[in-house]
Amino acid sequence: MPYILNTPDEQHAMLEAIGVSSLDDLFTSIPSALRLDRPLEMGPALTEMELSRHMAELAARNQPAGEKVCFLGGGSYDHFIPAVVDAIASRGEYYTSYTPYQPEVSQGNLQAMFEYQTLICQLTAMDVSNASLYDGGSATAEAVLMAMSVTKRSGKVLVLDSVHPEYRQVLETYLENLDTELVTVASANGGDVKNIAVENIAAEIDANTACVVVQSPNFFGCLEDVETLARAAHEKGALLVMVFDPISLGLLKRPGEMDVDIVVAEGQSLGSPMSFGGPYLGIMACRERFVRRLPGRIAGETVDRRGRRCWVLTLQTREQHIRRDKATSNICTNQGLFALRATIYLAAMGPQGLRETSELCLQKAHYAAAELTKSERFTLAFEQPFFQEFVVRDRAGDVEGLMQRACGEGLLAGVPLGRWYDDLSDCFLVTVTEKRTRAEIDRLVRSLSGVSEQAAIPA
Amino acid sequence: MRNTSATQLLFELSQPGRRGALLPKCDVPVQALASLLPEGAISEQPPQIPELGEPDVVRHFTNLSTLNMSVDTHFYPLGSCTMKYNPKRNEREASLPGLLHLHPYQREETIQGLLALLSELQDMLAEISGLPAVSLQPAAGAHGEWTALMVAAAYFRDRQEKRTKVLAPDSAHGTNPASARMAGFDAVSVKSRANGYVDLDDLRSKLDDQTAVFMITNPSTLGIFDEQIAEIAEMVHTAGGLIYLDGANMNAILGVTRPGDFGADMMHFNPHKTFSGPHGGGGPGAGPICVTETLGAFLPTPVVVRNGEQYAFDGNRPKSIGRVRSFFGNVGVLVRTYCYLRTHGADGLRRVSENAVLNANYLLSQVRHFLPSPQGERCLHEFVASAADIKKERGVSAMDIAKRLLDYGYHAPTVYFPQTVPEAMMIEPTETESKDTLDAFAATLFKITGEADDLLHDAPHSTRISRPNEVQAARKPVLKWSPAASDA
Ligand SMILES: Cc1ncc(COP(=O)(O)O)c(C=O)c1O
Repeated sequence: MPYILNTPDEQHAMLEAIGVSSLDDLFTSIPSALRLDRPLEMGPALTEMELSRHMAELAARNQPAGEKVCFLGGGSYDHFIPAVVDAIASRGEYYTSYTPYQPEVSQGNLQAMFEYQTLICQLTAMDVSNASLYDGGSATAEAVLMAMSVTKRSGKVLVLDSVHPEYRQVLETYLENLDTELVTVASANGGDVKNIAVENIAAEIDANTACVVVQSPNFFGCLEDVETLARAAHEKGALLVMVFDPISLGLLKRPGEMDVDIVVAEGQSLGSPMSFGGPYLGIMACRERFVRRLPGRIAGETVDRRGRRCWVLTLQTREQHIRRDKATSNICTNQGLFALRATIYLAAMGPQGLRETSELCLQKAHYAAAELTKSERFTLAFEQPFFQEFVVRDRAGDVEGLMQRACGEGLLAGVPLGRWYDDLSDCFLVTVTEKRTRAEIDRLVRSLSGVSEQAAIPA
Repeated sequence: MRNTSATQLLFELSQPGRRGALLPKCDVPVQALASLLPEGAISEQPPQIPELGEPDVVRHFTNLSTLNMSVDTHFYPLGSCTMKYNPKRNEREASLPGLLHLHPYQREETIQGLLALLSELQDMLAEISGLPAVSLQPAAGAHGEWTALMVAAAYFRDRQEKRTKVLAPDSAHGTNPASARMAGFDAVSVKSRANGYVDLDDLRSKLDDQTAVFMITNPSTLGIFDEQIAEIAEMVHTAGGLIYLDGANMNAILGVTRPGDFGADMMHFNPHKTFSGPHGGGGPGAGPICVTETLGAFLPTPVVVRNGEQYAFDGNRPKSIGRVRSFFGNVGVLVRTYCYLRTHGADGLRRVSENAVLNANYLLSQVRHFLPSPQGERCLHEFVASAADIKKERGVSAMDIAKRLLDYGYHAPTVYFPQTVPEAMMIEPTETESKDTLDAFAATLFKITGEADDLLHDAPHSTRISRPNEVQAARKPVLKWSPAASDA
């Protein structure tokens, strides 16, 4: 076996020291009736060379971004990852260590966690950050649970329907057994509906409402009126939970400046590969006064016995290993390595790099939207300002045909929205990151509008 | 030799105007920001994150990394965490562009290789667990526990039964009761006996028609197999409840016995332990769950299904609890799991467990003379030693011994868990360590127990820092760097 060191002679000597005669004898505590009396049924063991060939074959049956030009988004993005991120994150001292339970021999991880928390606060203008949760969806649910605990209200939670549909589904699952009503409020279906959403929401907030959940830029790429929503929530004693896009904060106003109480995000865009949806990291930050209700690990600064600055896991009385069923969450293992990637990414980008990245996304997305809608076949579904993604309505209503065709031409052209929104079954979401070139965008436009010449457009 | 600049923070290294990444010029016509975004939406300044050059970043993080112990560099017998060797080949395979750069919303026909892999992984986990229905979605063990409890809740709802309690032994990991609570149940603690077995009388007294699930860790957190398991399963099932198996300790029983065969209805795996997925300094992990056929209907959406030669996602599952996270799962971790399982095959997995158990028993045989283990002479993949005697005689605690081990270049065992054993030191060597390493470790432990009390109370002595003041950290939390604090 590839990773077992003991030789048969050594095994023999060890059995003798233990006082048993065979390996089987080590398992006598397992009643024989419960033991498996046959080998497991699975494929034969592969050597490294065979595994390598096998995996190459499997990988060859996929068509990744890079081979195809990626205009897909919706929470997972094809942003550029500087080489330093991989070079550092692939050091064994980082990725083969455990959660830093022994601070004296984990200062590398702990300091990186502290730097991560600081960077997240600088990025969002919030007061405190934890050291990561699983992903954007579960972080959203955790934020809502936290809001319920902070406000001591558990009757109702409001969520805009422009929040990522999968995050809303996750939230629904998390609330399923908790006697909390999840109310989804329509926000944006064509036209300037932003004020309607705010009014709808304001009317729904009552004395038992824990929080309002908004995403900005929202799932459709559009900016929401976060400040007005925050005011409406606060007027009734509810919190505002905001889902944000980390890259957009190179340019956009920070949540902390808009009176948001808890922010969460999918952190993948900060230096992590798309990897078919995970592993990523859930970002969460909040106001100082809620810190003792934060879920997850937190690194804090202190001094050692000789007065030297150092870092430890802190406020652990919030956590499951101390408080068990009274903990703020059940999370134990988090996404440490991906928080480290985000830390390295932000350090490598710096303020200017981040600003320019978000400006490139913004400019290129607007170029793509303008070019696409030159075709009579396409309109933008929403009029609100957007960041790096936008919703295109196909007046011919053949989203599936368009996507299939584009795929054949080497393009991952967009995310069809019909599976989540009945009224958007003729729409798809297009994302343009800083990585897309003008030539690639023009190819997308040609592919999509080229089809339009053949398809019938209703008059 | 040591480079002290590592302990400066990124923020203290920042130089105004210094840059790392340079971006290409915009190749589309640039429009005024004000024409694209409303006034007030734009932040005048970018976020005030540090300004560093690429060489700064590399040196900083490389030096920082040397302050960590890790499996690649040290023996890491952290009980319950299964810190085995993390194969380099798995890292390489998981980085193949054909796997790494897939977008979660790609069309199914463009990800057939990945779906085939995930489908085979589902089959392998079903076979290892003896439980046929699998969800690969949960992000970690705790997430798997909660997901399975949600499945149980949906199952009872479907049967129009209202059950409100989840039972778990007092030796259970903290995530068990915490998951029960998050899933909307009351968590009830069941006593365990001194040898680590479940106290059947106590279990009986707490089992009733309100009991939804009994969560059991078997092999337990004391590293022993509770041979009453069949009887326990019988009791719980008779009361109409389900058995959840916390699979954190599967490294002891791969191919030897299967949870589905000893009465479990649901379980999770911790691939970042059992299947060598690296732990990443805190994560990521994954927490795939396996359940019975009946419970399979309630698993989260979607699952991977095979239709002839084609693979697809099945999202049409009317009884499903729904979604437990965004996208499909921690796929990168699952790919490593797949590589690990394919590298071993059936025979190899059994060897893994045999050697994990051999190493743990051997180490136990070498240390129990001076560090008694309440569970006796035998264990499975790990054992719990107690420093209670030394503590009573000399005031030297499990923590003191753990800290002193760091001086000798060993990561400490898990201390003070399980909470049922006083001065607990939970030691799990794993199968990827050699007899030499175990001998040297045992000799060091013995030596430490003979060292002067003060030397131990003050340990560690050779690490970058001595024991941190954790009380101060919690009383006056400093959770981020701020310019003012660093000027002072
Ligand atoms: C016995 C036991 N159960 C559950 C867990 C939780 O698993 P995870 O950390 O992957 O969430 C752990 C590990 O931390 C454990 O040791």
